Amino acid sequence: MNAHPALTARQHPVVHVANLVRSFGRGPNILDGLDLAIRAGEFVALLGRSGSGKSTLLRTLAGLDEAPAGTVTVPAERAVVFQEPRLVPWKRVWANVALGLRTPDARERAVAALSEVGLSHRLEAWPLTLSGGEAQRAALARALVREPKLLLLDEPFAALDALTRLKTQGLVASLWRAHRPAVLLVTHDVDEALLLADRVLVLDQGRIGFDLHVNLERPRRHAQPAFASLRSRLLRELGVEDENPVEPVEELRTPVRNTAPAAPTHRLEDAVWAASADALARS
Amino acid sequence: MSAAVASTPAPGTGSDQWLRNRRYLPPLLIVVLWQVAASAGLIPTRTLASPAMIAGTFAELITSGELPRHLLVSLGRVAIGLGIGIVVGTTFALIAGLSRRGEDLLDATLQMLRTLPFLALVPLFILWFGIGETPKIALVALGTMFPIYLTLFAGIRGVDAKLIEAGGTLGLTRREQVFHIVLPGALPSALVGLRYALGVAWLSLVVAEQINADTGIGFLVMTARDFLRTDIILVGLIVYAILGLSADQIVRILERRVLAWRPSFLKD
Ligand SMILES: Nc1ncnc2c1ncn2[C@@H]1O[C@H](COP(=O)(O)OP(=O)(O)OP(=O)(O)O)[C@@H](O)[C@H]1O
Ligand SMILES: [Mg+2]
Repeated sequence: MNAHPALTARQHPVVHVANLVRSFGRGPNILDGLDLAIRAGEFVALLGRSGSGKSTLLRTLAGLDEAPAGTVTVPAERAVVFQEPRLVPWKRVWANVALGLRTPDARERAVAALSEVGLSHRLEAWPLTLSGGEAQRAALARALVREPKLLLLDEPFAALDALTRLKTQGLVASLWRAHRPAVLLVTHDVDEALLLADRVLVLDQGRIGFDLHVNLERPRRHAQPAFASLRSRLLRELGVEDENPVEPVEELRTPVRNTAPAAPTHRLEDAVWAASADALARS
Repeated sequence: MSAAVASTPAPGTGSDQWLRNRRYLPPLLIVVLWQVAASAGLIPTRTLASPAMIAGTFAELITSGELPRHLLVSLGRVAIGLGIGIVVGTTFALIAGLSRRGEDLLDATLQMLRTLPFLALVPLFILWFGIGETPKIALVALGTMFPIYLTLFAGIRGVDAKLIEAGGTLGLTRREQVFHIVLPGALPSALVGLRYALGVAWLSLVVAEQINADTGIGFLVMTARDFLRTDIILVGLIVYAILGLSADQIVRILERRVLAWRPSFLKD
């Protein structure tokens, strides 16, 4: 259970991107020589300031955006969950999940996927009657029912309230454990990235500017001291000063790029509290 | 809490029904006054027949079979003309809505023709098609085609691009996208067009039947004019009104069924 799936599949990445360049019109290159590899079953979170090109990269991997230059290798079995659920309003929830499935047991598979996300009581509902969290869970079911090798999530929790967001994050974690797709999660939330991902990437100036392996034990909690340390690290990488910086825990640091060490602190407890309180407050 | 409940009258009580029905009182009053004025000799019959007379004529026309005969002919014309209008309008809208090339081919032309008051084409239609059934049906077809085309075209183009994109990520083929996402998404708009087309259909029929016809409600009304029978004219008008209202009701029921997913219908 705890064996790292990435280790077994290290040899062949499911996603391989080399020297990807993308610009819009005559504008500057949004993606500028980007390289990226994601291993089978690996959970990768992608951070970056607004407008840095995270969605552009995700859309390229989803095949929604043709890249003018570079090589992109992705598995054919991909699924996307967007910030909005994008359910088809005139199809009942189960039919939304079954949409595009071509096997005779499409309905049974949809029902199974919906019960996995806790929506078996809403099979026949119209999508517009679902709550925000329910709709996003239905969208997750619709993605997972395709048994993707690569699951692309573009800020799927951003529109949810804090509590629903925590629950949905937990759901994603357990679905990932059960199905083991490779995941690329675009997010703005450092805590979310650290709670869920094996690796956290920061997109900056069109490239992966920072690549952090998160070797924390699962299930993760904000209260883990190493968690707070990584959090400070990432925040600094994103150009945000943590109010309660925490000294990095040496063995957990695997940065690609060297940055100045954090200022020492004597208030570790405060930092841990701030981290977990933040996760609840932020939405 | 219980006091508050007791103070509001439960639905279906006398005062509640009174509130709901009181809006029918003014028209009823007008009919009564009209009848009184007619009986007192204040309104000459050749200007306006009395309500009682109209009712009598109505019953007479029905029992003699005259009204049903003309009604059937008129209904047939509307049905055929509307059918053609819907088929042609839908075809054009699909061609123009689903492909850029189709839009270039059709849209500008149709938008130009649309600005023409189509009833002005009647003289031309008579020259082309004579005075049989063809010009009447053609007029209905032409008039109904435009609202169907315009609303369906706009509906297709207005479908949320994000939904189409999502459909693409689910592995839908283009044909499946059209069938599952684009057309159902365009339906609310197209149904508005259908309702409008029905109104246009009756209008074209009235015009077509009054110009040259030997059957149909319009013919009935025109002959009545020659004999100063205001009662028959009014019966004709009432029939038109009933037809218009029932057509509208039918589309409403249709909407309720096929747009059941919309929140506005979900409440009841
Ligand atoms: N279709 C487009 N046409 C023109 N410019 C675009 C298009 N899509 C994205 N861009 C531009 O590319 C840049 C990157 O956009 P992108 O959506 O990838 O950012 P992001 O990192 O996802 O931002 P956010 O965190 O705010 O979602 C932005 O400057 C955006 O304006
Ligand atoms: Mg984005």
